[in-house]
Amino acid sequence: MSPELIIALLAAAVQGAAPILFATLGEMLSEKAGVLNLGVEGVMALSAFAAFIVCHLTGSAVLGLFAGGFAGALLCGLHALVCQVFLGNQVVSGLALTIFGVGLSDFLGTPYVGVGTEGFRQFAVPLLSHLPMLGPVLFRQDAMVYLVYCAPVAVWFLLNRTSLGLGLRATGEMPAAAAAAGLNPQRLRAFGVMAGGFLCGLGGAYLSLAHTHLWSTGLSGGRGWVAVALVIFAFWRPGRAVIGALLFGGVMAFQLRLQAEGTNVPSSLLLMLPYALTVIVLVFSAARAKYLKTGHSAAPAALGVNIEPEG
Amino acid sequence: MKQWLRNLGALALISVLALAGCQKAPEKAAATADAPKTGELKVGFVYTSPVGEAGYSWAHDQGRKAIEKLPGVKTSFVEAVKEGADAERVIENMARSGTDLIFTTSFGFMDSTLKVAKDYPNVKFMHCSGFKTADNMDNYFGRIYQARYLTGMVAGYMTKSNIIGYVAAFPIPEVIRGINAFTLGVRSVNPKAQVRVVWTKTWFDPALEKDAAISLLDVNADVIAQHQDSAGPQEAAQQRGKYSIGYNSDMSAYAPKAHLTAAVWNWAPLYEAIVKEVRAGTWKGGRAIWWGMDKGVVDIAPFGPMVPKDVQDKVLAQKAEFVKGVDKVFVGPIKDQSGQMKIPAGVKAEDKELLGMTWFVEGVVGSVQ
Repeated sequence: MSPELIIALLAAAVQGAAPILFATLGEMLSEKAGVLNLGVEGVMALSAFAAFIVCHLTGSAVLGLFAGGFAGALLCGLHALVCQVFLGNQVVSGLALTIFGVGLSDFLGTPYVGVGTEGFRQFAVPLLSHLPMLGPVLFRQDAMVYLVYCAPVAVWFLLNRTSLGLGLRATGEMPAAAAAAGLNPQRLRAFGVMAGGFLCGLGGAYLSLAHTHLWSTGLSGGRGWVAVALVIFAFWRPGRAVIGALLFGGVMAFQLRLQAEGTNVPSSLLLMLPYALTVIVLVFSAARAKYLKTGHSAAPAALGVNIEPEG
Repeated sequence: MKQWLRNLGALALISVLALAGCQKAPEKAAATADAPKTGELKVGFVYTSPVGEAGYSWAHDQGRKAIEKLPGVKTSFVEAVKEGADAERVIENMARSGTDLIFTTSFGFMDSTLKVAKDYPNVKFMHCSGFKTADNMDNYFGRIYQARYLTGMVAGYMTKSNIIGYVAAFPIPEVIRGINAFTLGVRSVNPKAQVRVVWTKTWFDPALEKDAAISLLDVNADVIAQHQDSAGPQEAAQQRGKYSIGYNSDMSAYAPKAHLTAAVWNWAPLYEAIVKEVRAGTWKGGRAIWWGMDKGVVDIAPFGPMVPKDVQDKVLAQKAEFVKGVDKVFVGPIKDQSGQMKIPAGVKAEDKELLGMTWFVEGVVGSVQ
């Protein structure tokens, strides 16, 4: 491969990683607060539509972006309601959310299939885009990619450098202790789930506003599930989520380019790569946790456990 | 234990009743099978993707609208039906609710259609693009490869880099045949050009299809063709200032600066003929109907303004041959990728060979797997 091709490959990897990274960070926030959310796929599908329709009707990509985020937050609010107030099983509620979100997005979106939007276009950042290698890869992208560069830092800062983040983590580890310290675990969890939903929503919005510029059903295409797996891959750390998302986006972009180069490797094998990688990584993370014998894995201790009301 | 036995007994009773019910229907049906159909004719369509504003299902739906205009014909359709168990349920619902003639328009509906056809012998079934038939089920398709050959000629004339990209869905004979015909068209006017294939393993995923097209543009392809249902590849070509060739229907609305032409479906003539047959009582099951450009089922979209007049004339001259019924797309000598002679000089490949095609012609770069 020539240097230009490698740059093109890396730029495509960044684009492929962007929606996955948004969703992975969203799921991470939710899980850090102790709520497992398996509805990411549905949240992405519905928010992709919300972003598209608002951008289509108003002509404003920025409004579309916020619509996607808020649609994600609202849908995840439903998950918080089911798990916090009605003490529903988090796994079941999350799966229901996926089916509901994908279904509703199909239902609402079917009349608009094939309609285009302007959305976000790529533009070069002055100065930075002239950096060798890094410039064309990182700084000739669209606005949402630039936004995704900030997201891991913001999530890391929130979780590790603010009292709100400390509260969130405490609720995820031991809600009773958090309550004893005068925090409100219910409210913190609801915040974690909905803020996470907002990020997942941005991931969905990226697909319809920045990636395809064309509405169609089924845009999420399994990316939400990849995000759920990547949270475990990342050991609940934003920095590692970046690596995971880039790896996934990179492998996907790589297999397409390998085909375009005219390789004789069967495409089925190439298409399988990202998914095989996910499985291998999950096995690796589990084995690592066992080997380190920390007694607890990197997962928040109270993940998936609902807070029972007192008395 | 007693409870269990009682349940089993009830189940057995229900099964017997159900079987008895099933057996009754065919007797009644056989008597009316071949009579001309008078009164209102109900025609149903099952699509695998949403109809939308362009694409494979949209093209079929244009055909549906054409027969809706015929006197006494009432049509209905179900869109975005998943292949598999879902399809069987939808087709069966349609058959049960008194539909006389059902078109199932995707390859993946074949077995579901066959199964329902056996249960509803008084309903007529038309399955598109498959190879199985029954007493009350035909399969049908169009020789879209003729249109692909013409679009290949356009691509061959227009390319400057002599690399043409082809974003393709699944490596099945239908798609491989299309790529081969396209490549033969390209090489008939530009023997130096090559066609590079990228498989996406999906019919419809705009994001992935666009990525696949970009990966081809990155290796210097300057015309992008597609066997996909979304306009993702068109978008990619326009964004890079390169050319594109559409499929299913005129896709110029998505990429007016890139769209050279498209291989398009025009199902109306075939659907009208089938309805006429059912009306007259001459419809028969067990047939494989494969119409070409001579009957108007396939065509190419109007040329974009960037296609020079002399190129248009040459392509239209070849089109006139197809319309006359002269089809020499798969007439030898045709070699495969490894240079081995597959169709000897002067020999025309039989339809059976075309329907089971699993090798690429010389000039295609890519794997058939």
